[in-house]
Amino acid sequence: MKEETNSMPAHDAPQVNYLNWSHTVKSWLLTGDHKRIAMLYLISVSAFFLVGSAAAGLIRLELTSPRGVLLENETYNKIFTMHGVVMVFFFLIPAIPAILGNFLVPLMIGARDLAFPRLNLLSWYVYMAGGVCAVIAMMTGGVDTGWTFYTPYSSMYSKSQVVWAICGAFFAGFSSIFTGINFIVTIHKMRAPGLTWFRLPLFVWAQYATSVIMILGTPVIAITLLLVVVERTLHIGIFDPKLGGDPVLFQHLFWFYSHPAVYIMILPSMGVISELMACFSRKRVFGYSFVAFSSLAIAALGFLVWGHHMFVSSQSMYQGMVFSIISTVVAVPSAIKVFNWTATMYKGSIRLETPMYYALGFLGLFLIGGLTGLYLSSMATDIHLHDTYFVVAHFHYVMVGGTIMGYLGGLHFWWPKMTGRLYSEFWGRLSAILVFLGFNATFMPQFVVGYLGMPRRYHYYYLMPEFQIWHVLSSFGSILLAVGFMLPAFYLTWSYLKGPKAGPNPWNATGLEWTTQSPPMSHNFDEPPIVTEEAYAYDAEAEEAEDIEEAPAAKPAHAPKPAGG
Amino acid sequence: MGVHTAHNAESSDHAAVSHQFEDIGQQNEIYIVGMWTFLVTEIMFFGVLFFAYVLYRWKFGDVFYEAHKVLNVRLGFINTTVLLTSSLFMALGVRSAMLKNRKMTLFWLISVIVCAFAFMVIKYFEYSAKIAAHEIPGPFFQWHGPGSAGQAEIFFSLYFAMTGLHGIHVLIGIITLGILAWMVAVKHKAVDDYMPIEMFGLYWHFVDIVWIFLFPLFYLMPHG
Repeated sequence: MKEETNSMPAHDAPQVNYLNWSHTVKSWLLTGDHKRIAMLYLISVSAFFLVGSAAAGLIRLELTSPRGVLLENETYNKIFTMHGVVMVFFFLIPAIPAILGNFLVPLMIGARDLAFPRLNLLSWYVYMAGGVCAVIAMMTGGVDTGWTFYTPYSSMYSKSQVVWAICGAFFAGFSSIFTGINFIVTIHKMRAPGLTWFRLPLFVWAQYATSVIMILGTPVIAITLLLVVVERTLHIGIFDPKLGGDPVLFQHLFWFYSHPAVYIMILPSMGVISELMACFSRKRVFGYSFVAFSSLAIAALGFLVWGHHMFVSSQSMYQGMVFSIISTVVAVPSAIKVFNWTATMYKGSIRLETPMYYALGFLGLFLIGGLTGLYLSSMATDIHLHDTYFVVAHFHYVMVGGTIMGYLGGLHFWWPKMTGRLYSEFWGRLSAILVFLGFNATFMPQFVVGYLGMPRRYHYYYLMPEFQIWHVLSSFGSILLAVGFMLPAFYLTWSYLKGPKAGPNPWNATGLEWTTQSPPMSHNFDEPPIVTEEAYAYDAEAEEAEDIEEAPAAKPAHAPKPAGG
Repeated sequence: MGVHTAHNAESSDHAAVSHQFEDIGQQNEIYIVGMWTFLVTEIMFFGVLFFAYVLYRWKFGDVFYEAHKVLNVRLGFINTTVLLTSSLFMALGVRSAMLKNRKMTLFWLISVIVCAFAFMVIKYFEYSAKIAAHEIPGPFFQWHGPGSAGQAEIFFSLYFAMTGLHGIHVLIGIITLGILAWMVAVKHKAVDDYMPIEMFGLYWHFVDIVWIFLFPLFYLMPHG
């Protein structure tokens, strides 16, 4: 590992870290360093986010008029399919695990790297291979099945590039299996001395629960999609209704993964929120073990609710009832988390900085997303709302409002650790507010128009011109949202290049990742850390003070903090 | 390159411990946990197909019974024997590796390759016979037995999908075994320790177990 003397200006000369020890392309493309792989993921996942957002923009533009603006029917189908496939498989699922999780799990548990660095690198290459397949599918004519690839349309009738798109999803799935295996083994076997399970940061618990879903669920979708491909190409068809096959079997298998996949997206985000709540309330997370186990409960229950996607597709009423009840039960661990975060903030000394803006935004959006989920898990209301924009709004509240708020919050929180640089608080807060407002402006009208009966995936609605106002409102909101998403791209890039240096611990947070330099060196820690206390020892001083004085007013007094509330 | 075998090619210290681990003990323990985790994903992989099989056999039991008569039980039985024997050789290979008996390790690994290869050859003859008899799903499919041709086609779809996926696993096994045997032959330091062979052994026994389920489900169906 010799130092490259490169012509790059060494603006942060003395400190050798994982970013600057070598600047060669080879040192990046063949790296085993989890931090570098996280950065590779950051760049590629952001690129796919841009593609998916562009498709979303086209959809919103198209729906401003009841007769459409720009696209033909077929093209519209392809655009919303592209939006779904890219956003689900190439943005939401890898976003937090593969970027923040990759970067943070070894740091948080005091390990030098993940258990299988090469498998980790392979997962990025497989992800990119999937991305290339998806791009090929788009370039050679697109896919019109919707991201759900329902049979028999996908397996027999669609004339579009289904095989390429499925290969894309298949590869992306493998990338996520590899990440899952790596996290599970690493978290089980590579924790620093003294870091017991109940001293783990909740982010690690969340990654663990997510990894369990990844390794149990993803193989199912992989083989199911493969069956669609062999049915299309080799006619080995087990979903073909002409033979007596059951296309609904596909839906069962598809949702057996794709419902838990929602928890692959949201659980890591919840892990991020736990960290943010503790750090910016200066308090330990209320009910630590409940929050930890609720992650596992969500992961477990998540596998038992897939049938709620199929209330209207030939499922028996009793089956529907069971799925309906279990789906409603998922609200319990989710609510445990929300209540515990709220209780964490209660009597905390809350500091409103950018990551906390995102965390608070998450609470609001996830609350709406979760509560509207109850309307959809109840069979009777679902019959009315099924396949309407109400569903679209609901899952965007959970997936975008939940995952992206957590992702951006986490990215802003750990950005100084990842790059060693600070960003502008003003722009950070502004973008958080814009995302929150823009998001609500985009999707709140969709609840209304969906309730009124606007079906999802429709291109025209000229028989119901009164829907236009809601669609226009929604499209207007999406502009705001787009600005909110674009801003971080600019000021974070600026911060990376020119931002002021961050110390090892700019937020004065607990956690092993803050004990090493920013950005960390390649092997993470100079000395292998030894853990002697719980994860969120924020109020230790305050507690001591309280024990003596019995006065909560003592709290603001423990004051080695840079920023005011 | 099999992801589960090649982990230590370039670390410079002679013990072949990767930099992220403390010592060979931790490394071995982690490798084995990783392998078992990987096998869990494999179970989920095959699980989908077994689930589909259960569903369709329950729905189309009679036709499945008729269709299964077409399969060659004798060849299936021979293949089962071959594969079980290979698992025995694999276990002996792991033992030799543990005892650091390089020659015997190599011998047993090659024996496993021979068995796996024999399995694939027999499978090839079985498949060719099916294709020649128009019992492969698709436009050329013909069904002369009693019952619905469509349902029989689903039987053969499942047959080819499941034994095909299993066959792919055997092929991957042969390739990985080839690499392992080569590494043992050239005294590659990655196989100084028995763990890579132990890990492959787990994979191989898993492939074997899958076949132990496939054989009765397709070849030995009871009437009813």
